[in-house]
Amino acid sequence: MIIPQHVGPIDMVAVIPYIAIICVLAFVLLLVPGLVWIERVVVALIQDRLGPNRVGPRGLLQSIADGVKLFFKEDILPANVDKMVYYLAPVLVIVPALAAGAAIPFSIVKIRLDSGVVEPIPMVVGNVNIGILFILALTSLQVYGIVLAGWASNNKYSLIGGLRSSAQVISYELAMSLAILCGVFICHSLNLVDIVNHQGGYWFGIIPKWNVFQFYGLGAVATIIYLIAMTAETNRAPFDLPEAESELVAGFHTEYSSMKFAIFFMGEYASMLVVSGIATALWFGGWQPLFPFLAFIPGWIWFIGKLMTFIMIYIWVRATLPRLRYDALMSLGWKKLLPMALVVLFLVALVDTLQTPSQPVGSHVAQGHLAASMVIGESQR
Amino acid sequence: MGRGLAILNWSLIGFWIMAIISVCSAVLMIANRNPVRSALFLVLGFMMQALLYLSMSAQFIAAVQIIVYAGAIMVLFLFVIMLLNIGSPEALRERGGLQAPAAIVLAIVFLLLLAGVGALGGSQINHLMNPSVIPNYGTVDAIGKTIFDPSKPWLFPFEATSILLLIGVVGAITLAKRRL
Repeated sequence: MIIPQHVGPIDMVAVIPYIAIICVLAFVLLLVPGLVWIERVVVALIQDRLGPNRVGPRGLLQSIADGVKLFFKEDILPANVDKMVYYLAPVLVIVPALAAGAAIPFSIVKIRLDSGVVEPIPMVVGNVNIGILFILALTSLQVYGIVLAGWASNNKYSLIGGLRSSAQVISYELAMSLAILCGVFICHSLNLVDIVNHQGGYWFGIIPKWNVFQFYGLGAVATIIYLIAMTAETNRAPFDLPEAESELVAGFHTEYSSMKFAIFFMGEYASMLVVSGIATALWFGGWQPLFPFLAFIPGWIWFIGKLMTFIMIYIWVRATLPRLRYDALMSLGWKKLLPMALVVLFLVALVDTLQTPSQPVGSHVAQGHLAASMVIGESQR
Repeated sequence: MGRGLAILNWSLIGFWIMAIISVCSAVLMIANRNPVRSALFLVLGFMMQALLYLSMSAQFIAAVQIIVYAGAIMVLFLFVIMLLNIGSPEALRERGGLQAPAAIVLAIVFLLLLAGVGALGGSQINHLMNPSVIPNYGTVDAIGKTIFDPSKPWLFPFEATSILLLIGVVGAITLAKRRL
């Protein structure tokens, strides 16, 4: 479908970022009740239980009922909490997650410019040059919400949850950044729109040139590292030690009630959606169709479909795997994932150097090298 | 010319907002008795610095500022503050010493230096602050090309710095191993 640039008085090219803002916010915030329902139904299915089936058809209205309940619950402020930090913490969880969504391109629209040229315009809030770094920066801020919630609650279980979360997120962030850098090396760009565009096309007309299939399997290894690290980053099972209910009551959000708790809940799902969106754009071709003959399906459907696949993997893993012991979590992060990510990054860089014809000062090589030095430098601190 | 002036004014307004917030957060960081709140104000200061870098179109430095300082180092700070349980306001009462008078003297010297730089080099700095002079100024692309350009002298210092970091890692491991 090709849209003309001027529909009445509206310049479509200028309007697209605003449409994208509405799409991202509406998608993330309105989908959360649906995701909760999906999660409960799927987990019930896997564990051979009934799941929600009382409110509405097939329990569909259960999440809405829960939301209304949370909204009207008493807002309890525990004794001796640090009020400013206590109220700030839920905000710090949800804001970075929503802001990181701004750099993820989720579709492409063809627009016929006034000059008659048809130009593909990406649907993204901010097509920033340093898209990946922007997202890394914002996701690295998300841990503050959890840590501060744990500290401000004046509860030892909350504090332990917050401490666990900070150590876990810092440890897995390194492996995640290195895995993301592999994708940057493959695509020679930090801009997510460029990265997705680079993944268009097919080998033998059938295998998509997504990053996950690139570089003789190295892309797949980096993808697996990213997927493990992203589960740990979002504090989801089997890495949900910050809120391990059998040890810590409810971990960092034990003392939070009513809407403050709901915001933590929404923040968790929002960050799940965001990291899944990064996985989609970085490894699985964003809006690019799986097979060439399926190209008639619009890009945003492909994007949402891939995104929801990752959400289903999240739920599947949660229902299947038991929670890791804390020392096992740390040794997995530091002794297995990080060295593996370093080796894969080295091999990807090697293959990339061999494949790229020599040039005086390769901009992308320099760019990748600089970003790599930065992340490795961070890991050394 | 009129357009240029308008841009200058907007960037000046933005600059003053960010500068005031960052100076206030720096002052609050040391004036606060509560270590966790101090750390939070330091994070706010780092964020404002990142925004200042962004306003000078140094995108890469801004992103690195947030990732490394706000995202990694300050989380470690908070972790240590909580682990040592010095989060209560009464835990850190400093005794008198040479620190306060020395800090005042150094602050005065620093302010004089800043004023001197402003008075002497203000006119030269002004035109350097216009980022549109250099194409792609501040992007990862431009920084990478500059650092790794063999005809420029930046490659050796850059690699030397990374070796310095490596020495730090080796030192940290040696210190930790001794206790194991």
